[in-house]
Amino acid sequence: MLSTQVSNGRTSPLVANRVLLTLVVAAAIGAALLSFVAMAPNRLVSGEPINLIAALRPWQWITLVLLAMLLAACALTRPLSPQGALYLTLIAAPVWLVLVLYGLGDYATRTLQEASASARVSQGAAFWILVFCPILMMLDAFQRLHTNLALRGLYTLILVAIVAALFVSGHLDGLAIMYEYANNRDQFTDEFIAHLRLVASALSPALAIGLPLGLLAHRRAGTRGALFGVLNFFQTIPSIALFALLVAPLAALSETFPLLREFGIKGIGATPAIIALVMYALLPIVRNTYAGFNGVAATTLEAARGMGMTSRQILWRVEIPLALPVILAGLRIVTVQAIGLAVVAALIGAGGLGAFIFQGLGQYAIDLVLLGAIPTIALAVVADFILQILVVLSRPPGGR
Amino acid sequence: MKAVTLRAPTQTRTWLLIALSVLLVVLVLFMEELKPLFEAAFPDLRSPLYDRESFLQLTLDHLLLVLVSSIISVSVGVGAGLFVTRPSGREFEPLVSSLAAIGQTFPPAAVLAIVVPLAGFGFIPTIVALTLYGLLPVVQNTIAGLGTVPATTLEAARGTGMSRTQVLLRVELPLAMRVIIAGVRVSVIINIGTATIGSTVGAQSLGTPIIAGLVGNNIAYVIQGAVLVGLLAIVTDLFFERLETRFSVGG
Repeated sequence: MLSTQVSNGRTSPLVANRVLLTLVVAAAIGAALLSFVAMAPNRLVSGEPINLIAALRPWQWITLVLLAMLLAACALTRPLSPQGALYLTLIAAPVWLVLVLYGLGDYATRTLQEASASARVSQGAAFWILVFCPILMMLDAFQRLHTNLALRGLYTLILVAIVAALFVSGHLDGLAIMYEYANNRDQFTDEFIAHLRLVASALSPALAIGLPLGLLAHRRAGTRGALFGVLNFFQTIPSIALFALLVAPLAALSETFPLLREFGIKGIGATPAIIALVMYALLPIVRNTYAGFNGVAATTLEAARGMGMTSRQILWRVEIPLALPVILAGLRIVTVQAIGLAVVAALIGAGGLGAFIFQGLGQYAIDLVLLGAIPTIALAVVADFILQILVVLSRPPGGR
Repeated sequence: MKAVTLRAPTQTRTWLLIALSVLLVVLVLFMEELKPLFEAAFPDLRSPLYDRESFLQLTLDHLLLVLVSSIISVSVGVGAGLFVTRPSGREFEPLVSSLAAIGQTFPPAAVLAIVVPLAGFGFIPTIVALTLYGLLPVVQNTIAGLGTVPATTLEAARGTGMSRTQVLLRVELPLAMRVIIAGVRVSVIINIGTATIGSTVGAQSLGTPIIAGLVGNNIAYVIQGAVLVGLLAIVTDLFFERLETRFSVGG
C-alpha cells in the first residue's frame, strides 16, 4: 500500500471529502436513472423495471434521501469536524445499506401477495449501486481514520450479522434468488460443501509440493529458471482449457485400468479439477515460499549460526517463522484463486457452486445464476479477509 | 498472479515465442488436415472434428473479444491510475487501490455470470465483464508503477524546468512502463481465459468447441479448442514478457 493517504492536494474551501461526495452523487444518479427492481410474471422471462420511488414505501425512500443529504453534508468542510463527519459516515452508510435491503424485501413480500404464485422479483442495477456506494463510503472512512484491522473486523462482523439476520428472519424470502434457494436448499448445501472440498483437496497437495519446491528454489539457484518457467506456463493456460485437457488422458487411463475407477479416477469429475487446481496453486506458493526465505536477512542467519544453532534448528526456529507472513500471503492468493477456479470445474462435472451458474445460464434462469455467483463471490471475499488477518497476525512483533 | 521477475535467457525465449506462434497459426489454419489423426485416435466418435465453424473464425472472434475489452481496460485503467496519482485526484487513491485489490478477489466466472442479468446474453455482456475485470490489474500496476518513481527523480526533473506534462511523459511514464505492461499482461491473460468461458453466455470464442465437446461428450472437440486457446495464452504471455524486458529502462 502506498503511503499517500495524507490529503496534501489542493483543499477546496467547500468540499472536505470529494470521495464521499462523488459516491453520494453517483448513488443519486444511479437511483434516478436505473431500475431498482424487476418484476416478472415467471422465472424465465425478464422482468418489468420499476424505479426506486415506485418500489419503496414513502417513509423508506424519504429516509434514504435524508441519509444521502446527511452524507453529502458530511463531505463538506462545515458544519462538522473532519473526524466527526467520518464517524457519522460510519453510522449513516450502514443504515442506508440495511434500509435498501429491507425495502427490497418489503417490496417483494408486498407484491407477491397481490401477484400470481409464479411471479418473481429480482434486484435491478440501481439496487446494486445503492448497495455498493455505502460499502465504498465505509471503506473510505476507515482508510481516512487509519483504523486498525481488529476494529474494522469487528465493525464488519456486526454489519454482516445484521444483514444475515435480515436473511434468516425470512424478510427477504419474497426475492427470486431466495425462491431459487428454497427450491434447491439441499442441493445448495451439497454444492457449497463440494466447492469447499474441491478447494481444500487442491490446497493440501499444493502446499505439500509447493513448500519444498520453494525451499529448493531458495537453496539451489540453478533450479529457479526452469521451475518458475514451468509453473508460470501452467498459470497461463486458461482454466477451462486445462480442466478439459486433463479430462482426455484421465478418461483414457480409467478405461485402460478399470481399477482406477474404484478410486474415483474418471475422465469427468473432481479428479481432473483437483489436479488442475493444484497446478494453478503451485506458482504463488513456490514463488512466495522462495521470496519469504530470501527475505530473511543474512545477518540474522549469521547470528543464529553464531549462537550454535544447527541448520535444522535455523530452518524451523528462524527461517520458517520469519518467512511465514510471505508464505501465508501466497496461500491467500491461492485460496482466493482456487475458490474462483472451482466455479469453472462445474463444467467438467466436479460440482460446486458453479453448477448453479452454468445450470442457470443453460435454462436462462438468471436468479439461479445469481444463487451460484453471489455466494462464490462472498466466499472469496471472506476467505481473503480471514487470510489477510492471518498474514498480519503471523508477522513477528516489532515488524521488520 | 504477477509475473515472476526471474528472467530466463532471452535468446531461447525468443525462439520459443516464434516456434509456438508458428505452431498456433498452422493449427488454426490447418486443423482440418488433422482429421485423419482425430479419426484414428477417437474411432467411436461420429464427428471427430469440430466443423460448425472454422477454427480461424473462432480464433478471430476470441481475439476480438480480448482486443476490444483490453483496449477499453487499458485506456480507462491507465487513465484512472494517472488521475489518482495527480494532486487533484490523490484523495481517491486509497479507495481506488483497495477497490482494485478487492475486485480481483471476485472470481472472473462469477463476474461474467453477474453481468448477464444486467446486460443479457451474447457478445456485449462478455465484453463488459472482460473490461471490468481487466481494468483492475491495469489500475493497480499503474498506481504501483508510478509510485516506484523516486521523489528525488521527480524533484530533479522539475528542477530542470520541465512542466508537469513533460515530467509525466518523459520521466514518470517511461520509468513506470515496465510495471504498467506487467499489469496489462496479467489483464490480457485473464481475459483470454474468461473469453473462453464467455461461450457459456453466448459469445462465440475458442471456448465454444470446448463447451460443445463437454456437453456432447466429444473429447476431440474439447482437445481442439483447448489446445488452441492454451497456445494462444502462452504465445501472448511470451510476447508480453519480451515487451516487458524491452521497457526495463537501464536494466
